[in-house]
Amino acid sequence: MIFLSVPSDYMPMAIMFVVSIGFVLTTIFVTHLIGPKRKSDVKLDTFECGIEPQGNSRIPFSIKYFLVAILFVLFDVEVIFMYPWAVNFLELGMYGFIEMILFISLFMLGFLYIVRKGALKWE
Amino acid sequence: MEVADLIFKVIFVLAVFGISLLVAMYSTYAERKVAAFFQDRLGPNRAGPFGILQPLADGVKMFMKEEIIPTNSDKALFILGPSIAMLTACMTGVVIPWGNSLIINGKEFVMQITDVNIGILYIFGVVSIGVYGIMIGGWASNNKFSLLGSLRASSQMISYELAMGMSIIAIVMMSGTLSVREIVLGQPGGHWNVLYQPLGFLLFFICALAETNRTPFDLPECETELVGGYHTEYSSMKLGFYLFAEYINMFISSAVIVCLYFGGYNFPFIESLGLSHNVVSLLGTGIFFIKIFFFIFVFMWIRWTIPRFRYDQLMRVGWKVLLPLAVLNIVITAIVLLWKNDLFSLNF
Repeated sequence: MIFLSVPSDYMPMAIMFVVSIGFVLTTIFVTHLIGPKRKSDVKLDTFECGIEPQGNSRIPFSIKYFLVAILFVLFDVEVIFMYPWAVNFLELGMYGFIEMILFISLFMLGFLYIVRKGALKWE
Repeated sequence: MEVADLIFKVIFVLAVFGISLLVAMYSTYAERKVAAFFQDRLGPNRAGPFGILQPLADGVKMFMKEEIIPTNSDKALFILGPSIAMLTACMTGVVIPWGNSLIINGKEFVMQITDVNIGILYIFGVVSIGVYGIMIGGWASNNKFSLLGSLRASSQMISYELAMGMSIIAIVMMSGTLSVREIVLGQPGGHWNVLYQPLGFLLFFICALAETNRTPFDLPECETELVGGYHTEYSSMKLGFYLFAEYINMFISSAVIVCLYFGGYNFPFIESLGLSHNVVSLLGTGIFFIKIFFFIFVFMWIRWTIPRFRYDQLMRVGWKVLLPLAVLNIVITAIVLLWKNDLFSLNF
């Protein structure tokens, strides 16, 4: 069974978007207006457990986070390829299955490589 | 689209929006009551009978608090962060089928805001944008605790999104569609997907815990190390947005879990009751909400039972356990499906 969406199906999403953004903007604006405003330099300073803030927080951070993000992009693109296959799984049958096994094997090979390289090791 | 349809859609959008907010509000109350029960305390009991007005009091308090934007922060991004988090949390409910259909004056109204053929991908897309809300907010605060919290949050969310995406593929293979409604329709009566996909459900549930930053995956707001995590510098309703977004996400993830694995608004013996179409639909919606509340309770149950992971453990579970298991689940599902449909042959 083929089920196609028409552009008007996306119309209610736009309505929801307008409702949500209206709520968010109104709330931010109203709280800005009705809250007390007793500011002081100390109050607006960066919070570091009450002691004087040391330096800036635009500091270098662990490369691992960046590595995880890059790996996510790589693997997520591969996962996206599997969705069309999964939707048409029964029509594609055995051929599709064998092809996907090849694809998954390559995928897992890449995965094994990054694990062996220690890219996912957190110490 | 006709005018009657459009009016129904607008009303329904407002209803879903209102219900999401209401459920999120009362989830905070329920969480405190559940926590109190687990720890042998009373919980909130001063505002109204049984403390039932506590969420309202909290909401008013959030509204009336002073809005603090630190001098060192990036002001535009500081406001944008929680706004994105709240916006994406509200947007995910659009493709959830809240019930079957209602027949009013001989016209059928489907109880779903919109049924698009990419429903699941839409949910994933919107949830992914939610990561930006936390990332931007944490970075814009210009606070070391916030930065570390947001880094942890984004890193954890993208890692578990991978395993989550993989665990859904098995469901998509079984139902042959990405539309959430069609998946629900594919589980009539008591033929719920969880019976055929127990491993997939387990993987999806664990990933849902991680995606909503709930214990045991709440390292982004680990108070012993990071004070408040990514929302350390936030106050007033902007803090409220982050907290609210978390509870709305919990509600929506429970709804998605119920739709994908627990038959959505379907329940056993649905035909044998002999009730009219509208009554059955409304009953289905009621059952759907009962299932959702059950999963919200499970989320809370886990929070007050299991201690938090260490960060390296969390990453190890996500990448080295859940991901290979999800792949295994896909292969097993594929083999079983081929075997059941007699497709183990190469002659076309």
